[in-house]
Amino acid sequence: MPAPIRLRELIRTIRTARTQAEEREMIQKECAAIRSSFREEDNTYRCRNVAKLLYMHMLGYPAHFGQLECLKLIASQKFTDKRIGYLGAMLLLDERQDVHLLMTNCIKNDLNHSTQFVQGLALCTLGCMGSSEMCRDLAGEVEKLLKTSNSYLRKKAALCAVHVIRKVPELMEMFLPATKNLLNEKNHGVLHTSVVLLTEMCERSPDMLAHFRKNEKLVPQLVRILKNLIMSGYSPEHDVSGISDPFLQVRILRLLRILGRNDDDSSEAMNDILAQVATNTETSKNVGNAILYETVLTIMDIKSESGLRVLAINILGRFLLNNDKNIRYVALTSLLKTVQTDHNAVQRHRSTIVDCLKDLDVSIKRRAMELSFALVNGNNIRGMMKELLYFLDSCEPEFKADCASGIFLAAEKYAPSKRWHIDTIMRVLTTAGSYVRDDAVPNLIQLITNSVEMHAYTVQRLYKAILGDYSQQPLVQVAAWCIGEYGDLLVSGQCEEEEPIQVTEDEVLDILESVLISNMSTSVTRGYALTAIMKLSTRFTCTVNRIKKVVSIYGSSIDVELQQRAVEYNALFKKYDHMRSALLERMPVMEKVTTNGPTEIVQTNGETEPAPLETKPPPSGPQPTSQANDLLDLLGGNDITPVIPTAPTSKPASAGGELLDLLGDINLTGAPATAPTPAPVPQISQPPFLLDGLSSQPLFNDIAAGIPSITAYSKNGLKIEFTFERSNTNPSVTVITIQASNSTELDMTDFVFQAAVPKTFQLQLLSPSSSIVPAFNTGTITQVIKVLNPQKQQLRMRIKLTYNHKGSAMQDLAEVNNFPPQSWQ
Amino acid sequence: MIQAILVFNNHGKPRLVRFYQHFPEEIQQQIVRETFHLVLKRDDNICNFLEGGSLIGGSDYKLIYRHYATLYFVFCVDSSESELGILDLIQVFVETLDKCFENVCELDLIFHMDKVHYILQEVVMGGMVLETNMNEIVAQIEAQNRLEKSEVRQVL
Repeated sequence: MPAPIRLRELIRTIRTARTQAEEREMIQKECAAIRSSFREEDNTYRCRNVAKLLYMHMLGYPAHFGQLECLKLIASQKFTDKRIGYLGAMLLLDERQDVHLLMTNCIKNDLNHSTQFVQGLALCTLGCMGSSEMCRDLAGEVEKLLKTSNSYLRKKAALCAVHVIRKVPELMEMFLPATKNLLNEKNHGVLHTSVVLLTEMCERSPDMLAHFRKNEKLVPQLVRILKNLIMSGYSPEHDVSGISDPFLQVRILRLLRILGRNDDDSSEAMNDILAQVATNTETSKNVGNAILYETVLTIMDIKSESGLRVLAINILGRFLLNNDKNIRYVALTSLLKTVQTDHNAVQRHRSTIVDCLKDLDVSIKRRAMELSFALVNGNNIRGMMKELLYFLDSCEPEFKADCASGIFLAAEKYAPSKRWHIDTIMRVLTTAGSYVRDDAVPNLIQLITNSVEMHAYTVQRLYKAILGDYSQQPLVQVAAWCIGEYGDLLVSGQCEEEEPIQVTEDEVLDILESVLISNMSTSVTRGYALTAIMKLSTRFTCTVNRIKKVVSIYGSSIDVELQQRAVEYNALFKKYDHMRSALLERMPVMEKVTTNGPTEIVQTNGETEPAPLETKPPPSGPQPTSQANDLLDLLGGNDITPVIPTAPTSKPASAGGELLDLLGDINLTGAPATAPTPAPVPQISQPPFLLDGLSSQPLFNDIAAGIPSITAYSKNGLKIEFTFERSNTNPSVTVITIQASNSTELDMTDFVFQAAVPKTFQLQLLSPSSSIVPAFNTGTITQVIKVLNPQKQQLRMRIKLTYNHKGSAMQDLAEVNNFPPQSWQ
Repeated sequence: MIQAILVFNNHGKPRLVRFYQHFPEEIQQQIVRETFHLVLKRDDNICNFLEGGSLIGGSDYKLIYRHYATLYFVFCVDSSESELGILDLIQVFVETLDKCFENVCELDLIFHMDKVHYILQEVVMGGMVLETNMNEIVAQIEAQNRLEKSEVRQVL
């Protein structure tokens, strides 16, 4: 068997091939030769053959039969064989093949080889394609090599460790001790890969991250290294365009970013160095810009002081004006990341960003578009929309769908007026009509129905739009729907917003029929058109027969959807004509089901719901205030705070036990916004205070354990008893439940109970159970009073009672002084 | 992390194909073709960053490329790599090739595909940047070549 040809020969031969078929032939011949050579187990030429095989593999031809040969080469003693063998393994094998496990032993031996380059090869292969089993087996060896003093091996071991950690995250702890000294190295290669290893560990495990922040004092070490790099002056070996090892600087900045994120101490430690790098780096070459860019990203991501942030955004602004396209692209990308957090700062550069929309570069245009949408707000909507619409006109088709959706979203959120909104929608539909997403059509329709006063204007504009051209499906769908719905407005020739056009019913039907017939209309569009025609049968007067004819034609359409519709509509004409007008009535305004993202109906700008607690006027009008004033007068002076009781509601008296009533009333506290029981207090601070004490826990002492009740008032047959409870959570709060009973033979009606307490107290009165005290003690009115007594003073109370009895209005004042000590101490 | 490094000429013929993540063979060739088409469309005065094609991974991946004479050098990276940094890395790689081959041209890459792989192995390992110092890389490559030569029988 003649010696296999050299790789060079093979390549030369293949290059002479003039057609793909010729090349394939040559390759197949050579493969056959290689295969027979492999069968002969010839050691001398094996590496030559594998090299050729790899070349053919690169061109796209199958080479899997060489996998085992690669393994044999790896097991060989010669460096040449090992080199090509490992390369072959990396290119041809992967962990999905079982064959690769056979390598494990070889790699293990090679990791301990005497020649550093062999060790290097083994590390490289393990780090590229080691499977999790292999990594588990060999992690110990890698860890050993991580501690060696040979910098060539150390840096490879570091990257190999990264791969091991990615495959088997549990092994991360194993490498921790070895990382202690990594940053003390002088060799930049080792430094670089060590930083990569540390970055990987910090990213993967928050525990590691915390460990490195506190125990290892990683941040000061990194700051020191960075400082040396910047200050060290000219160092020829690591210099790239005058900057000292920019790759290492960038890596360190990235690690600093991870360490500083959400951590005040670390962020503070790096503020200085970041400022230094930001101001000292030369920006004339790409390397300088790479470092600056990384610095900016780090500043934005950590908890930096505001001066630094402003510096960062200004650097980005300068980038935007740079001539180099790459820099502009990179600046736009980072602005997009920061626009959420530093919105105002980015707004300053809005005009530059909008200019980028006109750039020739596709990547820059895309970034600028995304950023523009992020910057749109209520103030700049008109200007921005003009630019965006212009962009939509002139941009590449791949952008149009995204741009259209973005415009719709922005218009919905910030439209200054309904007319402007409709105009914008029209503009988008007419310019990019065929690129509008399908889900936009129902949204648009819903929007149009909501702007009731614009219906005539909308339908007129839509009609005019499709008169010329009905090929853009979303536009035609929206137009067909609107014409079907508001066709009567169209033919009536009324329009406030612009010059009304004169359209006859026949013309409208003409256009809808053309849509139906046209080849360009999709099935969905045809469905819209047919339904629209049907709806017009109730809105138009003279063309009902025409409509009937059209509908009956489509009863035999091939399209099943159309056919079904037509048949049903036919039936509507024939058998169910009496229901037709009701069925085809004007649609009610649709409610939006907000399922997708921030699309919300254009209410005002999402302001908070007015807090019902705050400035609610006393519900029962002027009367209680005068009574309160009376109380004030009577009690002489300003040391009493009057309380305005809640208006007695028409709640059914729950005749249950006191505790139930209490709980029933307390539920009200949780919902202050409900109208019937408004917060009764003029002082804003009260309700939360008292309510806090009494939220949903079982707070009350058992009545049995507790405080004796008192009779606060007893006169003319009216008796009022107080029962007390103290709150467990808030010892300053006492809850008094009053019970009013009537021992006379006639009911007392319109019963109102009012109370006042000294100024150091606060009082809240909840609604009573009813306003009638039934006669003969057959029932009681229950009402809850909550008293806040922060200074633990003796409880005193003035009460005022008004009611109607025996046909006359009664009123009485009394003071309650017999509060038991347990109720306020 | 670097997902793939591709070098092909102005007609799309691959000169160096290295994937750091596993793809089946047909997909690999498809990726090379797709990348070539994407890169060919680009003018010379627009930026060197492309959003990745659909095959090579989702929206997180970018193609960063440089055009030297007849060759395109394309690195497919994810968001953990600095874009501008990778541009510099490509420059370093090409300059290293230049030093190793003395005024490198496309033919050198064609006939010494394995050597190019070895040089690349000293720069990028497992999808991560290993060494960026040109002199260091060249020194290591030369040492390994000497080791090979010293073994009896030059086979290739």
